[in-house]
Amino acid sequence: MKPEIITGAEITIRSLQEENVEFVFGYPGGAVLNIYDAIHQQTEFKHVLVRHEQAAVHAADAFSRATGKVGVALVTSGPGATNAVTGIATAHMDSIPIVIISGQVPTHAIGSDAFQECDTVGITRPCVKHNFLVKDVNKIASTIKKAFFIASTGRPGPVLVDIPKDITAETAEFIYPKTIEMRSYKPVIKGHSGQISKAIDLLINAQKPMVYSGGGAVLGDAAKSLTKLVKKLDLPITNTLMGLGGFPASDENFLGMLGMHGTYQANMAMQECDVLLAVGARFDDRVISNPEHFLKNPKKIIHIDIDPASISKRVKIDIPIVGDVDLVLIDLLKAYQEVEKNHNKKLISPWMEKIKNWTDTDCMAYKDNGSVIKPQSVIQKLHEVTEGDAFITSDVGQHQMWAAQYYPFDKPRRWINSGGLGTMGVGLPYAMGCQLAFPESQVACVTGEASIQMCIQELSTCKQYNLPIKIITLNNRYMGMVRQWQEFFYGNRYAESYVDALPDFVKLAESYGHVGMKIEKSSDVEGALKEAFSPKLKERLVFMDFITDQTENVFPMIPSGKGLSEMILAKDE
Amino acid sequence: MRHIISLLMENESGALSRVSGLFSARGYNIESLNVAPTEDDTLSRMTIVTSGSNEVIEQIIKQLNKLIDVVKVLDLNDGRHIERELMIVKVKATNKYRDEVKRISDTFGGRIIEMAETTFTIELTGPSSELDDYLDSLDKAAIIETVRTGALGIGRGERILKI
Repeated sequence: MKPEIITGAEITIRSLQEENVEFVFGYPGGAVLNIYDAIHQQTEFKHVLVRHEQAAVHAADAFSRATGKVGVALVTSGPGATNAVTGIATAHMDSIPIVIISGQVPTHAIGSDAFQECDTVGITRPCVKHNFLVKDVNKIASTIKKAFFIASTGRPGPVLVDIPKDITAETAEFIYPKTIEMRSYKPVIKGHSGQISKAIDLLINAQKPMVYSGGGAVLGDAAKSLTKLVKKLDLPITNTLMGLGGFPASDENFLGMLGMHGTYQANMAMQECDVLLAVGARFDDRVISNPEHFLKNPKKIIHIDIDPASISKRVKIDIPIVGDVDLVLIDLLKAYQEVEKNHNKKLISPWMEKIKNWTDTDCMAYKDNGSVIKPQSVIQKLHEVTEGDAFITSDVGQHQMWAAQYYPFDKPRRWINSGGLGTMGVGLPYAMGCQLAFPESQVACVTGEASIQMCIQELSTCKQYNLPIKIITLNNRYMGMVRQWQEFFYGNRYAESYVDALPDFVKLAESYGHVGMKIEKSSDVEGALKEAFSPKLKERLVFMDFITDQTENVFPMIPSGKGLSEMILAKDE
Repeated sequence: MRHIISLLMENESGALSRVSGLFSARGYNIESLNVAPTEDDTLSRMTIVTSGSNEVIEQIIKQLNKLIDVVKVLDLNDGRHIERELMIVKVKATNKYRDEVKRISDTFGGRIIEMAETTFTIELTGPSSELDDYLDSLDKAAIIETVRTGALGIGRGERILKI
């Protein structure tokens, strides 16, 4: 059969269908009108109209984080593309596979400073895994195929495809490639067997072993094999902010999150261990803080990562294992079976005892006299009411840390936040992406009164698509994390961190057609949450404005540049 | 330490900016960067001269390999190699300088490619350091203009960069 001859716009849409795309998050404009016309005439995927292009990319990003599939966003040229940049950079920092299709001015107008023209490929180059400008209608299909392939393999990331308007109007044969081969891009997925046996040898002979897993374990769908390995070897484990849910938080081997706001026991164990197994984590500044201090206690480090460039970037690695984390963990388990008989688990008893003493300091305790609402208690109640099974998205700041600290995640892909770029405003569009992917699941967006206003316009999108998200706003009338740093390091000079002239969030929610609640008393927290998650409001978005303690701080805290063991604890204050 | 890194990349538009962007974004040094097509017209060969500690060079190589369009990377300093750079220099060649410039150029194996009334234009190839030495030998006041390609390099013997 001869291939059909169709327009570039139709090729674009058909290519997305070939990739089994379920949702396209987008916003129309001049340069993508042909593509939108083609979308209008198809029913295979659903287009979700956002209210700002930034949110389109965030929602596509969250869809990917929650499902593991590639998220798709569609934006127009010029401002459409520049608005998308924050979303793209956010996804790039957290290695999230998304494909962004952007319209471009017609090829003959490129470089002429045409209306709504910008150098999208140039602007996005530093914050994508790869990007393309398609100048030939015959190359649209193969380019989109490559884009999905690159986005979803190796270390995942965003890929942008910029398509000029005239190319979407021209016609060509539609042939979607079944497979793709790129001589310049061949990610290594199988770990080196010699390194794997060396790693197991180190682990079973360690006196103070420790496991630290990150976003790679979640994105690589390695939670099961990670849990199996850790339980089998009976090792203590911590997760990074991005790795939460990669190992069940309720398990006794779990020491909590590590890093700048990590638990005392996790940070101390990281500092003092003698053998460290790092799984899909990258030793970044918010996690191990100061590398010199981290290495003061000598340790052998095994690092599993899909990205060779992550190895020995901030900390010298003794045993690098480049490969797909899940496959490498499975190989580690196999290698362990052969030496299991030599493994004396008692060797680490004194170490486990030491960790227990650290845990006994109860670093997460906070004072609650029952009057003003403590933000931590809202998260704990949220955990109870949702039975620990909700998708939790967050914005960026104190509320993000409290959500990470006080909502224990037992499953991967449930905790959706911007760890790398730290983008305020992601929370609501992230919740949209999750709720669309899982319409029957509970989705809560933990946010602050500052963050939520950065993408507040999406309340309108939520109404249009009936997304029953529960927005948990911890409203302390401050940009809390900025205020905390100003209190600790800038002599209480609260420069521009007070959010004056706040809207009435209840009325605001109502004006968008949602339910608004204001909760001012500690005793009302649980009741309000139960009501919001009750069958009565199951179909409704509920905006919950919790008026919380204005000066509460996040503890423990490692001041910037200090070592992992140099935490400020709540009791020191 | 100074390293000469050679790489082959897909001959696509924007390939050069991916490499130069990587160096500026991550704060790596570029002493020189040279790019031209190869005998295979789908590939460009780039030669980058950079400097940094062993750790930094290791990261540079990894980051270059990570670029989707980069097919192969070789750190020439990992083995024996030949380095050459081409320079064209325009110098004052008035009475007092004419003989001296000719003598120095001969010593370095330079070729005078234009003799104008008051200037000589000299072509010289060699390792970059040799070109530096040549310039140092000339009277600074005599040098009017210099243009250099940046170093190119190739492995000795069996060491090759090819796909």
